Amino acid sequence: MRLGRIRAMAVKEMLQVWRDPRSLMIALLMPVMQMALLGYGVNLDAKHIPVCTFDREGSQFSEALLKRFKSTAYFAVVETVDNYRALTAAVDGGDCRIAIVVPPDFSKRLSDSGASSVQAIIDATDDNSANLALGYAQSVVSGFSADIAVQRAGMQGQWMAAPAALSLESRVWFNEDLVSRNFIIPGVVAMVMALVGSQLTSLTISREWERGTMELLVSTPVTPMEVMLGKLLPYFAIGFFDAALCLAFAVFWFDVPFRGTVFTLFFTTALFLIVVLGLGYLISVTVRSQVGASQIALLVTMLPTALLSGYTFPIDQMPALIRAVTYLVHARYYVTILKAVFLKGEGVVELAEPILAMTIYAALVAVLAARAFRKRLE
Amino acid sequence: MTVVQGNGQASIVADGLVKRFGPFTAVDHVSFSIGRGEIVGFIGPNGAGKSTTIRILCGLLRPTEGRAVVAGIDVARNPEGVRQHIGYMSQKFSLYGDLTVMENLRFFGGIYRVEGALLDERMRFAIDMAGLSGREDALVSTLAGGWKQRLALGCAILHRPPILFLDEPTSGVDPESRRRFWELIHSLAADGVSVLVSTHYMDEAEYCNRVALINQGRLVAMGSPSELKQRGLGGDLLLLECDTLGAALAAIEGTSGVRDVAVFGNTLHVLVDNGDIAQRDLPRRLAAKGLADARLSTITPTLEDIFVELVANSTIAGVAS
Amino acid sequence: MSAPDKPKIRVAGLTKRFVGTTAVEGATFDIARGEIFGLVGPDGAGKTTVMRMLAGVMRPDAGSIEIDDVDVVADPEQAKLHLSYMPQRFGLYEDLTVDENIRFYADLFEVPRKLRDERTGPLLAASNMEAFRRRLAGQLSGGMKQKLGLICSLIHTPQVLLLDEPTTGVDPVSRRDFWRILYSLRESGVTILISTAYLDEAERCTRLALFHEGRLRYCDTPKRLKALMPGTLLAITSTAARDLHKALLGRDGVMSVMLVGDGVHAVVDDADRRVPELSAALDAGKIPHGELVRVTPSIEDLFVGLLKDEHAS
Repeated sequence: MRLGRIRAMAVKEMLQVWRDPRSLMIALLMPVMQMALLGYGVNLDAKHIPVCTFDREGSQFSEALLKRFKSTAYFAVVETVDNYRALTAAVDGGDCRIAIVVPPDFSKRLSDSGASSVQAIIDATDDNSANLALGYAQSVVSGFSADIAVQRAGMQGQWMAAPAALSLESRVWFNEDLVSRNFIIPGVVAMVMALVGSQLTSLTISREWERGTMELLVSTPVTPMEVMLGKLLPYFAIGFFDAALCLAFAVFWFDVPFRGTVFTLFFTTALFLIVVLGLGYLISVTVRSQVGASQIALLVTMLPTALLSGYTFPIDQMPALIRAVTYLVHARYYVTILKAVFLKGEGVVELAEPILAMTIYAALVAVLAARAFRKRLE
Repeated sequence: MTVVQGNGQASIVADGLVKRFGPFTAVDHVSFSIGRGEIVGFIGPNGAGKSTTIRILCGLLRPTEGRAVVAGIDVARNPEGVRQHIGYMSQKFSLYGDLTVMENLRFFGGIYRVEGALLDERMRFAIDMAGLSGREDALVSTLAGGWKQRLALGCAILHRPPILFLDEPTSGVDPESRRRFWELIHSLAADGVSVLVSTHYMDEAEYCNRVALINQGRLVAMGSPSELKQRGLGGDLLLLECDTLGAALAAIEGTSGVRDVAVFGNTLHVLVDNGDIAQRDLPRRLAAKGLADARLSTITPTLEDIFVELVANSTIAGVAS
Repeated sequence: MSAPDKPKIRVAGLTKRFVGTTAVEGATFDIARGEIFGLVGPDGAGKTTVMRMLAGVMRPDAGSIEIDDVDVVADPEQAKLHLSYMPQRFGLYEDLTVDENIRFYADLFEVPRKLRDERTGPLLAASNMEAFRRRLAGQLSGGMKQKLGLICSLIHTPQVLLLDEPTTGVDPVSRRDFWRILYSLRESGVTILISTAYLDEAERCTRLALFHEGRLRYCDTPKRLKALMPGTLLAITSTAARDLHKALLGRDGVMSVMLVGDGVHAVVDDADRRVPELSAALDAGKIPHGELVRVTPSIEDLFVGLLKDEHAS
């Protein structure tokens, strides 16, 4: 293996990317577009959910509770009703998504037993946003009840456990602002890496076949290993550049908390890049047309990343069979790691398991890719 | 005008044709005319403007300047009218590889609106001409180059056009098929069809009644192959045979009166200003170098020799006609 | 061409089969150092397949190839150090400039930078391409592309040059430049194997191998090959070429007649006997004609003649 030849390949490849508008777009514009699109457009957070209130008690407590619905940005109180018929009409007519009913004995039960309940009526035609609205409502209510508990404890001069109706808290533990963007963005980084890595490399060999440059290339002394390394190095660099870009975007633009270390992020990103670049290269070697290679790359890397990595759909909610399949998806490990690095601040030691899985994956792909390219025309 | 086989009015007239693509001039003031039943060869390198000129004459491209009249019709004014009278076959055989021989013919018959018994008769003719009897149901993609090419010609003449434009019809076809193809062209011309054919095979010029040499969009020269050869190089072309070629080359290169020396296999082609140099100076010089075995003889230049000379000197030898 | 010592290239029994067809069958030939050896034949005759096998980019099914004592079949990578192959399709990067392409190939062959720069200048000069160093290869004319291909394949000073139809689609002027470079290479001892579809170009080779349907049919110098041509070629000019054609067709001793632009070309079995005979017959038939001139057949005439002969027998 000669460094000079690897460098020659890398320089050539870099020049070609630089002069190819399509590659440049994938390398530089795609990450930004994906971040913007997924960061803004596919925002799972609902804001100003229209809410209808029915205060059957009209006490100081009930008004204080409903005031919280008014003051939070998640809800917009669009209607205040005084009977169930009007309430039903408001929900059925689509004027509001959720109706909050404060029972007549709200304050009484609260002062008697320290626990009370509020009724929520939800328009569940859109399951997703219904869940979301319910979640927000619960958090508003539990926030309120927690404050009450503390208040009462203070009044009575003794410590008293807060009512344990805060089941929602576990869901928002690492995302206490309830911003789904914080979940999405680390996944977007994986998407961008998968897209850039596989799309660019899937073209690299097939392009040489299609343009007829391969025949001359295989007649030179360059070895398959040199071809692979020379071709993948520039994309590795681009991948890192894009990773840095995504990171900066996430942290400084979207204000996603970044609690881990840059080292952990880049180390794991390197592993992931080896996997996706290697896969793209493998596809490119096998499929000799650019269009075919690009489509297969989409199928093999992008789709699983989007669907099966836990980026959009939580893995633990998948059917067992699909869940088993996710273990074969390289992005699953990377998304797990990314979320952990971003939101939990976990390091290499805590993430040993997914890192090991990715290392095995990377090694496997690297070996296959290195052996795939033959200097033959048949 | 030298219309060798033509009679009556010209079938094709190009008058000061210019075609510019942005800053690039593909066709630069090209004028010529072609008579009925005449075969004219457009000869020149790739990118010389052959295809562009043909496309202008077919009404597929609008000239930037100049006028084209084909079959008495002004092409720019009535391109659709012109298409009734012409057959066009382009360098890439425009047949459908995934259709059979018959299906292709029927398709082109439909396009040219040849129908019924007439279509059957002409399809039969095209199949016989292409030598494809018995292979009517073969997919075109399975045919060898020569057959495809003859079938493409058959499709291009289904509507019996009096004028035929062939754009590099013979590239990628073996010599035998090439000869058969030219025989077909000659028999069409005998029936009065005017043919304008472009090629980058210099040797094919021999098959044409007249040849137009095109370079960088300009008509360098036009005339019959023998006229062009006679006009010659403005000097004599000599063949030098010698066992020690390198020594001979060294001996004569730079001799005054020697315009060009080119190695040709185991021989040299020497272009000299006049016969004196050939008969006196060169033998003397060779003998002085101890190359007594060198034999000199005068040879007829090929069209390629002429072409290279004309282009190299950038002599735009006005339109020959 | 006399071989000073043993052959530079030895090919024996070379065979390559593809699904359904045999592309090359039992090709055997030697090429001496400093030869310009031409492979000629129609499309699909097997020329490109032979080239590819010699270049080590395709494995033969049978037979052996030796270049400079290197067994190309067993060790193609070793062979690649000594040879340069220029494929039929332009193999350079159209999105790189002339200079960048040259640099890339020089680096692949590990030519030191200083040496590369020393060689690049004269090669560009010889091809009249100095002014285009910074131009993208994709924006060069066909002729210049081919010359660039040649420069790239010469940058590591190979001993053997394999050129697959290098001049197809190249204008005559560039073609001459191209051949001038080839001859100067030959002077410096480079062995050249070239295939061509232009049969007039074949005359420029020192020896020719005629391929047809995957088999090597004839292999000799152009001059000696022409001597094999059955019959004699006559050129007859006429103002009534078609009548002349009709009159000659099928006559005794006339093997073939071909219409050309200003008359016909006819092949006759015995010129000494047939020329006066035909002359008289044409005069009698009042067919206007010029002199019946014996012309040297072109390689194409030869090709068609030889193969037609073969089909007949």
